[in-house]
Amino acid sequence: MMRVRLRFFAAVRERVRAAEATRELAGPTTVEALWDQIRREYPSLGELRGAVAFALNQEYVDSKTMVQDNDEVAFIPPVSGGSSRHQDV
Amino acid sequence: MFEVVEHPLDLARLVAAVGRADAGAIATFLGTTREHNAGRRVTRLEYEAYPEMAIREMRRIGQQALERFGAKAVAIAHRVGVVEIGEASVAIAVSAAHRDAAFAGCRFAIDRLKEIVPIWKKEHYVGGEIWIGPQRGGPPDSISIT
Repeated sequence: MMRVRLRFFAAVRERVRAAEATRELAGPTTVEALWDQIRREYPSLGELRGAVAFALNQEYVDSKTMVQDNDEVAFIPPVSGGSSRHQDV
Repeated sequence: MFEVVEHPLDLARLVAAVGRADAGAIATFLGTTREHNAGRRVTRLEYEAYPEMAIREMRRIGQQALERFGAKAVAIAHRVGVVEIGEASVAIAVSAAHRDAAFAGCRFAIDRLKEIVPIWKKEHYVGGEIWIGPQRGGPPDSISIT
Protein backbone atom coordinates (compact mmCIF):
# COMPACT_ATOMS: atom_id res chain seq x y z
CA MET A 1 0.00 0.00 0.00
CA MET A 2 1.30 3.43 -0.96
CA ARG A 3 0.32 6.77 0.40
CA VAL A 4 0.60 9.91 -1.72
CA ARG A 5 -0.03 13.56 -1.03
CA LEU A 6 -1.99 15.50 -3.66
CA ARG A 7 -1.82 19.28 -4.19
CA PHE A 8 -4.55 21.22 -6.00
CA PHE A 9 -4.30 24.75 -7.37
CA ALA A 10 -6.37 27.44 -9.05
CA ALA A 11 -9.34 26.10 -11.04
CA VAL A 12 -8.58 22.53 -9.96
CA ARG A 13 -8.48 23.53 -6.28
CA GLU A 14 -11.81 25.33 -6.58
CA ARG A 15 -13.52 22.34 -8.16
CA VAL A 16 -12.08 19.83 -5.70
CA ARG A 17 -12.84 22.28 -2.88
CA ALA A 18 -9.53 21.46 -1.19
CA ALA A 19 -5.91 22.56 -1.53
CA GLU A 20 -4.57 19.11 -0.72
CA ALA A 21 -5.54 15.53 -0.04
CA THR A 22 -3.98 12.13 0.54
CA ARG A 23 -4.81 8.89 -1.23
CA GLU A 24 -3.90 5.27 -0.54
CA LEU A 25 -2.91 3.42 -3.70
CA ALA A 26 -3.17 -0.36 -3.95
CA GLY A 27 -0.67 -0.81 -6.78
CA PRO A 28 1.69 0.85 -9.26
CA THR A 29 0.12 4.00 -10.68
CA THR A 30 1.18 6.74 -13.08
CA VAL A 31 0.51 10.41 -12.36
CA GLU A 32 -1.90 10.40 -15.30
CA ALA A 33 -3.86 7.44 -13.89
CA LEU A 34 -4.03 9.24 -10.56
CA TRP A 35 -5.46 12.30 -12.32
CA ASP A 36 -8.03 10.10 -14.07
CA GLN A 37 -9.02 8.71 -10.66
CA ILE A 38 -9.43 12.22 -9.22
CA ARG A 39 -11.49 13.29 -12.23
CA ARG A 40 -13.85 10.36 -11.63
CA GLU A 41 -14.21 11.47 -8.02
CA TYR A 42 -14.90 15.08 -9.05
CA PRO A 43 -16.86 15.10 -12.32
CA SER A 44 -16.80 18.91 -12.49
CA LEU A 45 -13.07 18.66 -13.29
CA GLY A 46 -14.08 17.23 -16.64
CA GLU A 47 -15.35 20.63 -17.71
CA LEU A 48 -11.92 22.22 -17.41
CA ARG A 49 -10.61 23.42 -20.74
CA GLY A 50 -6.96 22.82 -21.43
CA ALA A 51 -4.79 19.99 -20.18
CA VAL A 52 -3.09 19.82 -16.82
CA ALA A 53 0.63 19.22 -16.43
CA PHE A 54 2.01 16.92 -13.75
CA ALA A 55 4.52 17.61 -11.01
CA LEU A 56 6.08 14.93 -8.83
CA ASN A 57 7.85 16.14 -5.72
CA GLN A 58 7.82 19.69 -7.12
CA GLU A 59 9.35 18.86 -10.50
CA TYR A 60 7.52 18.64 -13.82
CA VAL A 61 7.27 15.03 -15.00
CA ASP A 62 5.92 13.09 -17.95
CA SER A 63 2.35 11.80 -17.64
CA LYS A 64 3.58 8.18 -17.56
CA THR A 65 5.84 8.70 -14.54
CA MET A 66 5.18 6.19 -11.76
CA VAL A 67 4.20 7.37 -8.31
CA GLN A 68 6.16 6.09 -5.29
CA ASP A 69 5.22 5.87 -1.63
CA ASN A 70 5.19 9.27 0.14
CA ASP A 71 5.38 11.21 -3.14
CA GLU A 72 3.78 14.61 -3.56
CA VAL A 73 1.77 14.88 -6.78
CA ALA A 74 0.42 18.16 -8.13
CA PHE A 75 -1.91 18.73 -11.06
CA ILE A 76 -0.84 21.95 -12.75
CA PRO A 77 -3.47 23.86 -14.74
CA PRO A 78 -2.14 26.22 -17.43
CA VAL A 79 0.07 28.74 -15.64
CA SER A 80 -0.45 32.48 -15.93
CA GLY A 81 1.96 34.28 -13.66
CA GLY A 82 3.76 37.45 -14.55
CA SER A 83 2.26 40.73 -15.63
CA SER A 84 -1.06 41.36 -17.31
CA ARG A 85 0.07 40.37 -20.75
CA HIS A 86 -3.16 38.45 -21.08
CA GLN A 87 -3.46 38.19 -24.83
CA ASP A 88 -0.29 36.90 -26.42
CA VAL A 89 -1.82 35.82 -29.71
CA MET B 1 16.98 35.97 -4.39
CA PHE B 2 13.84 34.15 -5.43
CA GLU B 3 10.63 34.86 -3.58
CA VAL B 4 6.88 34.38 -3.57
CA VAL B 5 5.44 37.02 -1.26
CA GLU B 6 2.07 38.28 -0.08
CA HIS B 7 3.09 41.94 0.28
CA PRO B 8 3.82 44.71 -2.26
CA LEU B 9 7.04 44.20 -4.21
CA ASP B 10 10.12 46.32 -3.56
CA LEU B 11 12.26 46.55 -6.68
CA ALA B 12 15.08 48.27 -4.77
CA ARG B 13 15.62 45.10 -2.73
CA LEU B 14 16.04 43.04 -5.88
CA VAL B 15 18.43 45.58 -7.39
CA ALA B 16 20.49 45.50 -4.20
CA ALA B 17 20.52 41.71 -4.28
CA VAL B 18 22.03 41.49 -7.79
CA GLY B 19 24.63 44.27 -7.43
CA ARG B 20 28.18 43.07 -8.17
CA ALA B 21 31.50 44.86 -8.37
CA ASP B 22 32.03 43.38 -11.83
CA ALA B 23 28.55 44.25 -13.13
CA GLY B 24 28.25 47.32 -15.33
CA ALA B 25 24.50 46.98 -15.88
CA ILE B 26 21.36 45.98 -14.02
CA ALA B 27 18.18 45.50 -16.06
CA THR B 28 14.87 45.39 -14.23
CA PHE B 29 11.33 44.43 -15.13
CA LEU B 30 8.09 45.14 -13.31
CA GLY B 31 4.86 43.51 -14.43
CA THR B 32 1.84 45.54 -13.39
CA THR B 33 -1.86 44.76 -13.47
CA ARG B 34 -3.94 46.32 -16.20
CA GLU B 35 -7.46 47.61 -16.01
CA HIS B 36 -8.82 46.24 -19.28
CA ASN B 37 -8.44 42.81 -20.81
CA ALA B 38 -10.24 41.24 -23.75
CA GLY B 39 -12.95 43.87 -23.55
CA ARG B 40 -13.55 43.29 -19.84
CA ARG B 41 -13.09 45.92 -17.18
CA VAL B 42 -10.90 44.27 -14.57
CA THR B 43 -11.55 45.17 -10.95
CA ARG B 44 -8.69 43.21 -9.37
CA LEU B 45 -6.38 40.31 -9.95
CA GLU B 46 -5.67 37.46 -7.61
CA TYR B 47 -2.55 35.34 -7.87
CA GLU B 48 -2.03 31.86 -6.46
CA ALA B 49 1.23 29.89 -6.41
CA TYR B 50 2.58 26.45 -5.72
CA PRO B 51 5.23 28.26 -3.70
CA GLU B 52 7.85 25.55 -3.12
CA MET B 53 7.85 24.56 -6.78
CA ALA B 54 7.60 28.14 -8.04
CA ILE B 55 10.77 29.07 -6.18
CA ARG B 56 12.57 26.01 -7.55
CA GLU B 57 11.59 26.96 -11.09
CA MET B 58 12.58 30.60 -10.56
CA ARG B 59 15.97 29.46 -9.30
CA ARG B 60 16.37 27.29 -12.39
CA ILE B 61 15.47 30.23 -14.66
CA GLY B 62 18.06 32.34 -12.84
CA GLN B 63 20.72 29.70 -13.37
CA GLN B 64 19.84 29.46 -17.07
CA ALA B 65 20.11 33.25 -17.42
CA LEU B 66 23.63 33.05 -15.99
CA GLU B 67 24.63 30.22 -18.31
CA ARG B 68 22.98 31.40 -21.52
CA PHE B 69 23.46 35.15 -21.34
CA GLY B 70 26.42 35.53 -19.05
CA ALA B 71 24.39 37.36 -16.43
CA LYS B 72 26.11 37.86 -13.06
CA ALA B 73 23.09 37.53 -10.79
CA VAL B 74 19.31 37.22 -11.03
CA ALA B 75 16.56 38.08 -8.55
CA ILE B 76 12.87 37.31 -9.08
CA ALA B 77 9.94 38.09 -6.78
CA HIS B 78 6.30 37.27 -7.49
CA ARG B 79 3.37 38.47 -5.47
CA VAL B 80 0.39 36.29 -4.54
CA GLY B 81 -3.03 37.16 -3.20
CA VAL B 82 -5.08 40.15 -4.34
CA VAL B 83 -3.19 42.71 -6.41
CA GLU B 84 -4.98 45.95 -7.14
CA ILE B 85 -4.96 47.55 -10.59
CA GLY B 86 -1.68 49.31 -11.35
CA GLU B 87 0.34 47.43 -8.76
CA ALA B 88 3.26 45.14 -9.55
CA SER B 89 2.70 41.39 -9.55
CA VAL B 90 6.22 40.40 -10.60
CA ALA B 91 9.66 42.01 -10.29
CA ILE B 92 12.92 40.90 -11.87
CA ALA B 93 16.48 42.27 -11.67
CA VAL B 94 19.40 40.93 -13.69
CA SER B 95 22.97 42.15 -13.43
CA ALA B 96 25.66 41.61 -16.07
CA ALA B 97 28.99 43.04 -17.16
CA HIS B 98 27.30 44.91 -20.01
CA ARG B 99 23.77 46.05 -20.85
CA ASP B 100 23.09 43.63 -23.71
CA ALA B 101 23.44 40.61 -21.45
CA ALA B 102 21.41 42.28 -18.70
CA PHE B 103 18.52 43.10 -21.05
CA ALA B 104 18.61 39.67 -22.69
CA GLY B 105 18.72 37.86 -19.35
CA CYS B 106 15.85 39.93 -17.99
CA ARG B 107 13.72 39.33 -21.09
CA PHE B 108 14.45 35.62 -20.92
CA ALA B 109 13.53 35.48 -17.22
CA ILE B 110 10.08 37.05 -17.59
CA ASP B 111 9.23 35.08 -20.74
CA ARG B 112 10.27 31.78 -19.18
CA LEU B 113 8.52 32.60 -15.90
CA LYS B 114 5.24 33.05 -17.71
CA GLU B 115 5.67 29.72 -19.47
CA ILE B 116 6.60 27.38 -16.66
CA VAL B 117 6.49 28.81 -13.14
CA PRO B 118 3.42 27.40 -11.35
CA ILE B 119 1.61 30.63 -10.57
CA TRP B 120 -1.97 31.32 -11.60
CA LYS B 121 -3.94 34.49 -12.09
CA LYS B 122 -7.63 34.94 -11.55
CA GLU B 123 -9.15 37.99 -13.14
CA HIS B 124 -12.11 39.54 -11.36
CA TYR B 125 -13.99 41.71 -13.80
CA VAL B 126 -17.31 43.50 -13.97
CA GLY B 127 -19.75 40.61 -14.33
CA GLY B 128 -17.64 37.61 -13.37
CA GLU B 129 -14.28 36.00 -12.73
CA ILE B 130 -11.98 33.83 -14.80
CA TRP B 131 -8.71 31.91 -14.41
CA ILE B 132 -6.33 33.15 -17.10
CA GLY B 133 -4.19 30.73 -19.11
CA PRO B 134 -2.43 29.37 -20.99
CA GLN B 135 -0.32 32.27 -22.16
CA ARG B 136 0.84 30.58 -25.33
CA GLY B 137 -0.87 28.71 -28.10
CA GLY B 138 -4.32 29.05 -29.53
CA PRO B 139 -7.69 28.69 -27.88
CA PRO B 140 -8.74 27.69 -25.31
CA ASP B 141 -7.09 30.68 -23.73
CA SER B 142 -8.87 30.52 -20.43
CA ILE B 143 -10.66 28.33 -17.98
CA SER B 144 -14.08 29.73 -17.32
CA ILE B 145 -15.34 29.19 -13.82
CA THR B 146 -18.37 31.45 -13.86
